Amino acid sequence: MNALPTPALLEVNGLDAWYGAAQILFGVNLNVRRGEVVALMGRNGAGKSTTLKALMGMLDRHRGQVRFLGQDVSQQVPFQRARLGLGFVPEDRRVFTHLSVAENLEVGRQPERRWPDGSAALNWTPPALYELFPNLGAMQGRPGGQMSGGEQQMLTVARTLMGNPFLILLDEPSEGVAPVIVEQMAQMILQLKARGASILLSEQNVHFAEWVSDRAYVLEKGQIRFEGSMAELAADEAVRRAYLTL
Amino acid sequence: MEFSALLAQLLNGLAEASSLFLVAAGLSLIFGVTRIVNFAHGSFYMLGLYVAYSTVEYLVGRLGPAGFWVGLVVAPVAVGAFGALVEIVLLRRIYKAPELFQLLGTFALVLVINDATLYLWGPEELLGRRAPGLAGSISLLGRQFPTYNLFLMVIGPLVLGLVWLLLARTRWGVLVRAATEDRQMLGALGVNQAWLFTAVFALGALLAGLGGAVQLPREPANLALDLRSIGDAFVVVVVGGMGSLPGAYLAALLIAEIKALCVGIGSVHVLGLDFSLSKLTLVVEFLVMAVVLVVRPWGLLGKPQAGSRNSAPAEAPLRPAGNGLRWVALVVFVALAALPLLQTWLPYASVLAQDVLVSVLFAVSLHFIMGPGGLHSFGHAAYFGLGAYGAGILLKVLTLPMPLAFTFAPLVAGLGALLFGWFCVRLSGVYLAMLTLAFSQIVWSVVFQWEAVTGGSNGLTGVWPAAWLGDTAYYYLTLVLVAASVLLVRRIVFSPFGYALRAARDSALRADAIGIDVMRVRWAAFVVAGLFAGLAGALFVFSKGGVSPDVMAVGKSVDGLVMVLLGGIQQLVGPLLGASVFSVLQDSIMRATDYWRAVFGGVILLLVLVFPHGIAGFFQGLGNAWARLAARKPALLPREKRA
Amino acid sequence: MSLLQVRDLSKAFGGVRAVDGIHFDLHEGELLAMIGPNGAGKSTTFNMVGGQLRASGGSIQLQGRELVGAKPRQICHLGVGRTFQIAATFASLTVLENTQMALLSHHKRLYHWWRPVRDQYREQALALLEQVGMAAHAERPCSELAYGDVKRVELAMALANDPRLLLMDEPTAGMGPQERNELMALTKRLVVERRMAVLFTEHSMDVVFAHADRMLVLARGRLIAEGDAHSIRNHPQVQQVYFGSGKTFERPPQEPQP
Repeated sequence: MNALPTPALLEVNGLDAWYGAAQILFGVNLNVRRGEVVALMGRNGAGKSTTLKALMGMLDRHRGQVRFLGQDVSQQVPFQRARLGLGFVPEDRRVFTHLSVAENLEVGRQPERRWPDGSAALNWTPPALYELFPNLGAMQGRPGGQMSGGEQQMLTVARTLMGNPFLILLDEPSEGVAPVIVEQMAQMILQLKARGASILLSEQNVHFAEWVSDRAYVLEKGQIRFEGSMAELAADEAVRRAYLTL
Repeated sequence: MEFSALLAQLLNGLAEASSLFLVAAGLSLIFGVTRIVNFAHGSFYMLGLYVAYSTVEYLVGRLGPAGFWVGLVVAPVAVGAFGALVEIVLLRRIYKAPELFQLLGTFALVLVINDATLYLWGPEELLGRRAPGLAGSISLLGRQFPTYNLFLMVIGPLVLGLVWLLLARTRWGVLVRAATEDRQMLGALGVNQAWLFTAVFALGALLAGLGGAVQLPREPANLALDLRSIGDAFVVVVVGGMGSLPGAYLAALLIAEIKALCVGIGSVHVLGLDFSLSKLTLVVEFLVMAVVLVVRPWGLLGKPQAGSRNSAPAEAPLRPAGNGLRWVALVVFVALAALPLLQTWLPYASVLAQDVLVSVLFAVSLHFIMGPGGLHSFGHAAYFGLGAYGAGILLKVLTLPMPLAFTFAPLVAGLGALLFGWFCVRLSGVYLAMLTLAFSQIVWSVVFQWEAVTGGSNGLTGVWPAAWLGDTAYYYLTLVLVAASVLLVRRIVFSPFGYALRAARDSALRADAIGIDVMRVRWAAFVVAGLFAGLAGALFVFSKGGVSPDVMAVGKSVDGLVMVLLGGIQQLVGPLLGASVFSVLQDSIMRATDYWRAVFGGVILLLVLVFPHGIAGFFQGLGNAWARLAARKPALLPREKRA
Repeated sequence: MSLLQVRDLSKAFGGVRAVDGIHFDLHEGELLAMIGPNGAGKSTTFNMVGGQLRASGGSIQLQGRELVGAKPRQICHLGVGRTFQIAATFASLTVLENTQMALLSHHKRLYHWWRPVRDQYREQALALLEQVGMAAHAERPCSELAYGDVKRVELAMALANDPRLLLMDEPTAGMGPQERNELMALTKRLVVERRMAVLFTEHSMDVVFAHADRMLVLARGRLIAEGDAHSIRNHPQVQQVYFGSGKTFERPPQEPQP
């Protein structure tokens, strides 16, 4: 594997996952390279969020190989994966409501990182994040519970960035927020990408995914049914109709 | 009374408050982060005192007077380390179990630690030496005030300040506060929560140990301290508001000062009657708690509790009993009916069976509100006791004939439930549990102190059944009434009322939106449970010929909880199994060894670790696995038939 | 006269006015959508109509009867059904039992303690489940259902008391596009058949534009616009505070429609 010229940041082979007794994922294969924004698409219940949770090690039962930066992490628990540089932004926000904005960021803080080749990774400090999210900068002392849904969404992303992740797993960023906030999210993702961040996002909103991503995987009933660039997906009417139902 | 005497009492109250606060702060911290209601916290307090006694004795011999202060530091640290060990070895295995199961686990720990202390330090009380340098007293407005109390007065606020700084100003504190909200998210952000939990638990144990250690010159170490201090600590934490440290200090102060006032004022003369306020000290904290919870349901400085993120999986829908279960029930009934005939060979069997039957009814009544109702009562013994005392008082004091006394007794308990239930059903979770506990303690203390009617600590004697209900007949009466009650409760659970109760438990929001009056349904269920517990109490008193206040003490309520949890809270047969196993185990272990508590605690721990869903849940799991296996075979059968 | 009349409705939390004097009417047979940015006061308004929150001022009248001050269970008995943003059903009961409970409550049989639930209102419950397309799942525990199906069960329960008004808080949240359209089409059919009215909140613009008869737009607790899809879509203030460029929910106009 190391012989490849540009080793994938994340390589997933044959990922199976269960919720209780029900198997949700069946042999999912995917990869993300450095600097890419990849969308994981599909209908509700297709297994998008389950995939991200399994990658983070948050499911009790999963099987298959997950290699991150060339290292097998399939046996690791969530905090170990996070310390290796996997960042997770959950779909239901989950900000710490009794903690202030600044404290929420502090929880996410991890040491600065360097890529294995020695180059500096994208590292964040609170001032840098307040610049990226001016809203948050104006309310550093406010408890997370007293923010609007859109502001909470931003805070969750910022909190994960504090861990200086090599790869960000972004779960349904557009779900349940106003269109104007969805647009802000899209612009934020494009900004991060411009700075060299790598992102794997799960998304139902085709317009949103087409706007921000380079490549897409389409999931249906826990299996990958399509893999290709956004242009290929846009051209493939059959896949769009069958699995995305516009 | 004199102002100076009152002042001295109030200063004493300040010193008391410090000690109360230290124990409660640790409990609150542990609950906040791990969501475990640590019953063993009082045991850490007790250990703190014992360990301080030994280390101080040893160190004073080596280091002279300075050894006292070193010992006072070493002891809490040792208790903290022990707490860490407990967390790593035991609690880590049960974080994913339902909340009440964790409670059961820590309760078992209380039993084990108590017997271990008995083994190591013996049964005698141990009074520590005076604090060097602070052994004397100072003069305040002409009264002597112990210098050591000044030290105690300072240490409470000091610890409050330090812990507050730790939580508010350090990264560790931020992580701890985040963990109280969402542990899973914390892990996904790269925090190793396992060690965070261990550290919090150790800190909590250390604070409890400190609370015990500083009592060394004032209070002899003894084996009753664990349950007494856990009771006090629960009250303080709940009155202050779960998870609020300033609230805990405020509550400790409030309770200690009110107690001090009661002692200080002595008796008052109102409307020609003499009231002895000092008698109130036994119950004053519970009165305060009841008042606070009724007025402020989340305590003085507490906030409404957010739902815990790791709730237990939903219970499976109830199914009517299958033929198998019906046959088992019938066989058990016939076997129980046959017991008196086997008197020659098993002379003790029907006596034990009588006790088991009463326990079963008690457990079934508690399970009715805990399982289908989701109302966790920590004071169910009150209704058992009201039934027992009700029967005794109706018979002995009001001289009613036995059958009438027996019939009215459950109604006495039902009335109690009607009154207390109205307040209780307005709360939920730990607050509900604590309010039920408060009411049961209030009833207990009334019974304990109202000697003219209840016989005080001696209780009532000579409460025997009518002559025509001689021993075997009374056993059959018990058998029939318990069996009928069990069937009736089952019937209710399957009726609209039982369903409404479960609906209110599953989602009060939805129940309200489809027009169910959630409070009223719960209140009605509370009364039903009270009635059946009262019947169990009445059956109990006539089988023993008397009753003492012990039947409504905290221990009895905890027994009920253990029975229900042991059996499995999600199954209707749970309380039957749990009560039977509990009673037989307790009976046989108690007769076999002096260290029965430790053995019993060990057995409960084992059950908690092996059967995290209770005994009935375990069998249901086995049954499901069997059904799955069996489901594969029938596919072959039709073909074989045809062939 | 309109079915629901909301007049000068307000709610303050501490010093913050979450809802600030809003007016609207809802007529029989109508699907009225309430949209707006997060924190605009939609859920607060909803919870005031449903009785989960008590209004600080103003009035809410259903067919001339005042709802302000009534408890949710009383509002239910006055003919209001509701579904929640996060579907709330009884997890330990089966789909059928959930629906039977709603019927038992409507017929005031909650304190009957002898006859088992099994045989009561079974036919009516099955008929309701048939209407929402869940009859085939009647015997399954609610805890095992897919999320979209739980929402259907919730709808069946909300219909059990023959409501005149149905409140649906983000009815399609967490659903795929196809499921969304199916559920809203079903709702529209029920509204017509049962001569009800529906008030719903929604973030998914395709759902709103496809299914709402009329819409209200809230921002910072105030009603900033009211009207049909066309007038709302082109309302400059609504575009600024809520829609943005429209890029995330509409196909760019230059692309040919399939």
